[in-house]
Amino acid sequence: MLTTYATERPTKHAGGIGYGRRMISVRNETRVDMEEKVAANDNWVAMIGKVRDSKDRAAFAALFQHFAPRVKSFLMKSGASESLADECMQDVMVTLWTKAHLFDASRASASTWVFTIARNKKIDALRKMRRPEPEDLVWGPEAEPDAADVVTLRQESAKLTKAILELPQKQRELIERVYFGELSHSEIAKVTGLPLGTIKSRIRLALERLRHAMG
Amino acid sequence: MPWDNDMSDVKHHLTEALLMSYAAGTLDEGYALVAASHISLCDACRAELQSYEAVGGSLMDDADAVHMSEDALEATMALIDAAPAVRPRVLKSDRVLPGPVQDYVGGDLSDVRWRAVGGGVRQAVLKTGDKSMARLLSIPAGAAMPDHSHGGLELTLVLKGAFRDEDGRFGPGDVEVATEHVHHTPIAEEGEDCICLAVTDAPLRFKGLIPRIAQPFIGI
Ligand SMILES: [Zn+2]
Repeated sequence: MLTTYATERPTKHAGGIGYGRRMISVRNETRVDMEEKVAANDNWVAMIGKVRDSKDRAAFAALFQHFAPRVKSFLMKSGASESLADECMQDVMVTLWTKAHLFDASRASASTWVFTIARNKKIDALRKMRRPEPEDLVWGPEAEPDAADVVTLRQESAKLTKAILELPQKQRELIERVYFGELSHSEIAKVTGLPLGTIKSRIRLALERLRHAMG
Repeated sequence: MPWDNDMSDVKHHLTEALLMSYAAGTLDEGYALVAASHISLCDACRAELQSYEAVGGSLMDDADAVHMSEDALEATMALIDAAPAVRPRVLKSDRVLPGPVQDYVGGDLSDVRWRAVGGGVRQAVLKTGDKSMARLLSIPAGAAMPDHSHGGLELTLVLKGAFRDEDGRFGPGDVEVATEHVHHTPIAEEGEDCICLAVTDAPLRFKGLIPRIAQPFIGI
């Protein structure tokens, strides 16, 4: 059953693409269906909730099938060998299980949350430095994420994903190079025009509510 | 609590490039320490960081499928069954230092092991694993930071008190971003010693151990 991963999505790249090297995917005419993105995220959020609340292994298997190959792909594009990527991917998925209670759907989509876990493992495995982490803001028992924030954040996330996937190819490649570790902070000035406005204010609003709830 | 948590009076923020690099996980350790500390104190930058992380999430979500070994899920479940529970970070409620700095100090301000560098200025080097150089500095009220040179980017985050220089006033939570071309002479405000976290990409060289006091441009 697990071998179906490799054919889970149609591959869109047009030649010259390999794994394990720092290569950029070539995409043509990516059309993104917003509704589909929103529905998919709702599904993953629900699955993470099941892992958190009832250690649901079937829900975890579904999350694994979707996210594990993507995490592995991200790690390999960032310079990890296949065996290191496999090892780190397992760590990432274990963290998804053990930290499911820290996921906050009003501030991040499921993909974004998994990305941050994968990014952290990448630093630990590839950069061998300590990894300074901000203080976390965790919802207290009486302060559930605001339902309206969850709804609007998932829409903003889908919009952002759509906008990023539809960027002109050159710009998109530049951004991928930032996230796969090929551009240093002093080179990032070249990267402009990311459509972050609404999602930023949405996250800000959720943070303000959280600060307020924590008193 | 000395920190007003949402420090809405923070005026000097991280740059987009720093936030994006932090989101991507590519910042040098010392700069990442400044970024994580500022984000702990500034909701505006936290929201901006999270939007850059959303960009990473979108890119990862669209990643090409790669081959997975057949036993990957099984092997991961075995690791989960053996995984210890996650322990939350414990911070003192009346802290002065933000969490990321506490992790390096191994405690709060009272646990810092200061060394005098002259003129009443004290410093404590925080050990980083790469070439970036992170230090806590304590500058006596009204005194100038010792004249120094630095090769590349210098980030200075104020933790307590305030300083002024050519770019204005920097209070708790504010970050000054200075490139090698900026010659700046921070001077601590009167009334309270200024404690800050300063990070460069190479060790600082102090030109003299006597801090200069009261530059004409700030009108003291
Ligand atoms: Zn800020």
